[in-house]
Amino acid sequence: MAVRWLAILPPVAFLVGVLFANSITPYVLGLPFLWFYISACVVFTALVMIVVYVLDPANKGPELQD
Amino acid sequence: MHSAALVIIFLTVVIALILGLLAARGKQMNLQQWTVAGRSFGALFVFLLMAGDIYTTFTFLGGSGWSYGVGGPTLYILSYGSLAYVLAYFMLPRIWRYAKTHNLISQPDYFEQRFQSKGLAMLVALVGVVAIIPYLQSQFTGLGLIVEIASYGAISSVWGMVIAMVVIAVYVTLSGVRGSAWTAVLKDIVLLAVVLFIGIALPLHVGGFSAMFHKIDAMRPGFLTFGSTAMGIPWFISTVLMTAVGFYMWPHAFGAVYTARSERVFRNNAMFLPLYQLILLFVFFVGFAAILIVPGLTNSNLALMSAVTKVYAPWFVGVIGGAGMLAALVPGSLMLIGASTLLSENIYRPLSRNATPAQVQLVARVLVWVIAAITLFFAANSNATIVALLLMGYNFVTQFFPAVILGVFTQRGANRIGALCGILVGVILVAIFALTGTSIIWGLNAGFLAVILNAIVVLAVSAATRSAATVESASTGATPAD
Repeated sequence: MAVRWLAILPPVAFLVGVLFANSITPYVLGLPFLWFYISACVVFTALVMIVVYVLDPANKGPELQD
Repeated sequence: MHSAALVIIFLTVVIALILGLLAARGKQMNLQQWTVAGRSFGALFVFLLMAGDIYTTFTFLGGSGWSYGVGGPTLYILSYGSLAYVLAYFMLPRIWRYAKTHNLISQPDYFEQRFQSKGLAMLVALVGVVAIIPYLQSQFTGLGLIVEIASYGAISSVWGMVIAMVVIAVYVTLSGVRGSAWTAVLKDIVLLAVVLFIGIALPLHVGGFSAMFHKIDAMRPGFLTFGSTAMGIPWFISTVLMTAVGFYMWPHAFGAVYTARSERVFRNNAMFLPLYQLILLFVFFVGFAAILIVPGLTNSNLALMSAVTKVYAPWFVGVIGGAGMLAALVPGSLMLIGASTLLSENIYRPLSRNATPAQVQLVARVLVWVIAAITLFFAANSNATIVALLLMGYNFVTQFFPAVILGVFTQRGANRIGALCGILVGVILVAIFALTGTSIIWGLNAGFLAVILNAIVVLAVSAATRSAATVESASTGATPAD
């Protein structure tokens, strides 16, 4: 279950990372840096959750229904 | 040919109504079918119901309105959903399992079962309805604006809201949650196409993405980052935290959790819903392009529709207006079902002990119209931004979070009296904020401060009453009541 601790990374990226990303420059992909950074955090969140899902033993085996 | 816009919007609504009716056909419509669809939805439908909660008037018109009006702080909208899904991965499977074991239908049922208190459940139902009204109001406001603009002023926004209210209430009365799920499929396809199209075409219309941002930055230095207004980084962090933990505290979102077929649905969705959020960026781009296309609007809610009307032909305004209609219809219907079920199931039923299920269901269906009418009254007498309305609703629902999270993850972290005191303190505070128009205190989101205080009260009161109960039971030999 240790893999679940990875889920702490997205909140850190959004809420702590923003302190260092509050800037217009440099522009990345046509976006002001802050806008690029927050968008990148969203993608990062999805990637982290894919890793957590795949490695989490709770998602192994047949799905329990009813 | 200005009427083309209205005709297309009208056709969209008719299609949505037919879908809703088809979805309801052949199902026995008892209250459980009407509200949780017999707990039969798989990952895709739950995904769409929950995504239906994201792509609402709030994002479509509110999000573009905020990027037009306040700039950088709009990024909170892109952030909180992702964090809400991360939390959902851990929290929702437990709530779903608990709800299934105890055959729960609504959010207050959870409180009643978990804390063994009918009074607490009624308080939760009432606060839930209070929170839903500004949210629903934002949907009505959006619909009114769409009809007003798409009719090129021939129909006033108040009449637009009246029409919208009737459409939503008819729709809900006929079809329930199953109808919402089917319309959500249609809505998501149409909205995705429309948002991607105008989110790219309008910035290109003003010279391309990079040029657009450079122009705005030159016009208004600091507008695109945090700190040019009272909404700085502390506001961002506190607002994201509050809205992320409040995300699933909405009665209709909490109720949508019960519709899932299995608990893995939520963990599965946590991987993909964040990416779905990125579409919001294109909504925000529309608002930025609107700064250059239609500068100086007094009502920022109009940014998207005004820009579209200025650039495109009426028939295309109709397509976008139709998409906007759907964006309000699905969440609006879920909220109406949510609010009417709360009042009928969790307040009317316990108060009138010998009501039959048929009577409760009748009350629920009548309440749909009552709540819609009350909301219409507020909508017609308000000029708040759509985002501000949603944040006000969040202030209320987030007050459930401390009790829920302690109830889900701890055996004894919160007890009945602690949960009751915490929620009361939080709700009274945010009611005062709402009445005095306070949204920011010390640079922080005011609702965030209320929920912190609420959490402290829940923990302190639970601990105090627990030790009192333990002392009492130690002296009398009885077991603690909670």
